Amino acid sequence: MTTNQTMPLTLIHLKDDARVRPRNMLMAHLARGCPPPHSLPLSATSTQQPQHKGQLTLPQTLPIGRSRQQKPSAHLQSGWLRGTLFATALAFVSTAPVLAATDDIKATAFLLDNGMEVVVIPDHRAPIVTHMVWYKIGSADEPPGKSGIAHFVEHLMFKAATINHAAGQLDRAVVEIGGSHNAFTSYDYTAYYQTVAPSALEQMMSFEADRMFNLSITDDDIQTERDVILEERRSGVDNDPEALLREEIDATLWQNQPYRIPVIGWMQEMEKLDWPDAKAFYDEYYTPNNAVLVVAGDVEPETVKALAEKTYGTVPAAPGLARIRPVEPVQNTRRTLTLTNERISVPRFSTQWVVPSYRTASPGEAEALDLLAEILGGGTRSRLYQQLVVKQGIAAEVGAYFEGVMLDATSFIIYGSPRGAAKLADLEAAADAEVARIARDGVTRDELDKAKDRYVRSAIFAQDEQEFIANIYGATLATGGNVQDVQQWPDRIRKVSTDQVKAVAARYLASDHSTTGYLLPKTEN
Amino acid sequence: MANQIRNIAQALASPAEGGRAARLTTWLAILLVSIFFLIWPALTARAAMNIQEVKSEKGITAWLVEDHTRPIVTMDLVFDGGTTQDPAGKEGLVNLMTGLLDEGAGHYDSDAFQVQLDDAGAEMSFDARRDGTHGSMRMLSEHQDAAFDLIRLALNRPRFDQEPVERVRAQLLSGIIANEREPHAIAELAWRRRLYGTHPYSRPDEGTKQSLARITAADLSAFHKSAFARDGLHVAVVGDIDAKELSARLDQLFGDLPQKQALAPVPDVTPKLGQWILVAYNLPQTSLQLAFPGIGRSDPEFFAAQLINNILGGSPMTSRLFQEVREKRGLAYGVSSKLERYQHSNTLVVTTSTRADRATESLDLIRQVIKELADTGPTAAELEASKKYLSGSYAIDHLGSSRSVSATLVELQLEKLGIDYIQRRPALIEQVTLDQVRAAAKKLLSAEPTIMGVGLRLGAVR
Repeated sequence: MTTNQTMPLTLIHLKDDARVRPRNMLMAHLARGCPPPHSLPLSATSTQQPQHKGQLTLPQTLPIGRSRQQKPSAHLQSGWLRGTLFATALAFVSTAPVLAATDDIKATAFLLDNGMEVVVIPDHRAPIVTHMVWYKIGSADEPPGKSGIAHFVEHLMFKAATINHAAGQLDRAVVEIGGSHNAFTSYDYTAYYQTVAPSALEQMMSFEADRMFNLSITDDDIQTERDVILEERRSGVDNDPEALLREEIDATLWQNQPYRIPVIGWMQEMEKLDWPDAKAFYDEYYTPNNAVLVVAGDVEPETVKALAEKTYGTVPAAPGLARIRPVEPVQNTRRTLTLTNERISVPRFSTQWVVPSYRTASPGEAEALDLLAEILGGGTRSRLYQQLVVKQGIAAEVGAYFEGVMLDATSFIIYGSPRGAAKLADLEAAADAEVARIARDGVTRDELDKAKDRYVRSAIFAQDEQEFIANIYGATLATGGNVQDVQQWPDRIRKVSTDQVKAVAARYLASDHSTTGYLLPKTEN
Repeated sequence: MANQIRNIAQALASPAEGGRAARLTTWLAILLVSIFFLIWPALTARAAMNIQEVKSEKGITAWLVEDHTRPIVTMDLVFDGGTTQDPAGKEGLVNLMTGLLDEGAGHYDSDAFQVQLDDAGAEMSFDARRDGTHGSMRMLSEHQDAAFDLIRLALNRPRFDQEPVERVRAQLLSGIIANEREPHAIAELAWRRRLYGTHPYSRPDEGTKQSLARITAADLSAFHKSAFARDGLHVAVVGDIDAKELSARLDQLFGDLPQKQALAPVPDVTPKLGQWILVAYNLPQTSLQLAFPGIGRSDPEFFAAQLINNILGGSPMTSRLFQEVREKRGLAYGVSSKLERYQHSNTLVVTTSTRADRATESLDLIRQVIKELADTGPTAAELEASKKYLSGSYAIDHLGSSRSVSATLVELQLEKLGIDYIQRRPALIEQVTLDQVRAAAKKLLSAEPTIMGVGLRLGAVR
């Protein structure tokens, strides 16, 4: 059982991160120190610690410009946390029984007159406040042929001037007070945040409200910033065989749903992105009634309300937007992809299935999928780990996870990498056998109870991390959920039965309706 | 000050109020020092963080911040002696050991221990770093009896049974093999070798295929015995536990460890600069890494160096490198500099990744920015902004959660900065002069760096 404060898995990004995908509901990753899910399926062996052994120092890789990146991130100085924060775990309790007595961490939600949603989560332990604006707009909302525009707009939000502020003024204002700020883009949302002293909250809100509707930019800036995102793509995808494969797995798993397109964009489309595209996207989606304000930290809800009305409240509402996207058809095939690369020495596989998300599932199904992922491959007590790493000794790492906090249908993933003389095919077959067994025979009451305990416990531990909590609320509200969904999650988890877990396994994890990617050494046939 | 007095008074009063006056003497012995300070200029009572130094009956010392608003206890500990203690030919030993402490201890074999840990709802992780063996724990306060007992067993009586030893060894081996053809991993190995020569810092923390194979359970036990001792221990605790409870826990966890460590001495080493390290590889992006002289934490010019590092590439978005390389020219997604501090060596390292066909341009630009800063130093305005950032960012970077407070407090002990450091720090930054910063810039940035490039066309750079 490990957690790790130094796991150098996740990069700390200056401004934005298109690759980060806060999609997972698995709090347990936090508790058990598993690698952040975004690095799980087919994640580079090179950057990944053996799963359970998250605390060990593995060969240091990506030493350049990556593993020793930037300053330790504010509030999230530990790499693991950052990774977990943005990549996983979007569930937490604000009403854990143990905490019933305190007002800290109790979320208050309200609407501004212009339709902007607001959530405030007080945490008075330190004079720090996390201020986030989540737009309900992500890469999956992009027009055809303009892949990467959501992320590009996110970059331009830092590059551009507004009517009231010169370019770079926000950067300087944040740095001047020792704050930190950044942003990230995902399939379903784009979020901007600052972590500052409470006294600077109003200033941050006014900056953020200002760039919600006043953006303007020069041609030179467009070109330079486009070069930056192209470098970001080269860094995060083109330079990394595993990321290249992951991108094509997504494009294969999703035949119709826009999750098939990478958040960062396809290179040839990114090269052509321009200000008119960005401006049109910005004008349509950057509106108060399409945004969620989340403030967590040393502040009272009444204060936030007054400040929000004064700042965001002056931004006019725009026509409402419906998020209607193409829906994935039924999958009738088993699809496989293989990438061989001379840089790979130890092969890996991942298998994905299309499953419902918290938003699209019928009641209880997504919770059952979360528990299924935990029992099947959530950590060292999981079936995959116990069978394949400990008992059979054929895996270096193996696991499963479910990315539940998504607007549309999502994926359930298992992954593994063999160890010693074991063959990848044998490992994959053994993992498939565990999936088949759980679908056929279900889970035991004891397994289920322990998995529930871990989630509920993780939700309590999460109360230590202000920004983490802000992210949970932000991601949930930006994908069609509400405050109660977050608060009642532990209760809903508690109610899941063994039958429900078995049912979702049997219904969704069919071996002939799956998508598997193989990352192989050049020499292996 | 009134608050401080009230705070201590309350702490002293509470056990007596409970009718346990007889134990008050013990209590007084525990509470040697209590420092009250503010972690932010904003002067509110709740912004106060009270660091107590707790000393147990057996003489174990820990720093404690009580926080009863969450039912969580967080602990960080460090034993001096990290991967530098790996015997020659058995590199990877300390790292392997840290992976085995929760794989069987006392009367629990690996499986039983993991089940107990899961049932207790406790987290426990260990990390082998160059200069120390770090441990990090977290538990729900209601289950702390079980959790502390498991931590005690892991620290005092690890078993190193054959099955987990072979399993974890094989997992680590798999990681080493996976990196064999990975250019950035190959580069990192070369970087260490070329900077540190034959010093222990030159070796990979995880060992090699050969060295990992040589390590026996007896080796693991021998290292455990020599390093897990009280005179090399540093402990910080944050959360739902008071000083008196902690005092008893300290004796429970550490009281039976040997008094003295038996570590191999490690010499200081000056990294060898002025080298080129080129790792040719066909990559769409070239990675660049430059090493300059660094600075030790005890050096009187430490903050001057910190400030110059921020101005160069340490502070996000506004640094000179970020502005020139990314903001003005779009040559890279990230570029930064960092003061890397180890117990026996220090460097200032600049890193970036840039498109292969513009690697020369990027490197030239970076060197030019560095040269300008070395020659003329920063402006007064830059220094002012850098000071504000360095002062203001401390709370956000280090004190935002129990975990980060705990990790920070143990680092402060390792660096011997004193329990009142956080309070003293702003003044130390404020008093740095422009002349001092200019001198630091010249001293660190005038040297001919060691430069590493990973990527196809880097050869052209020379």
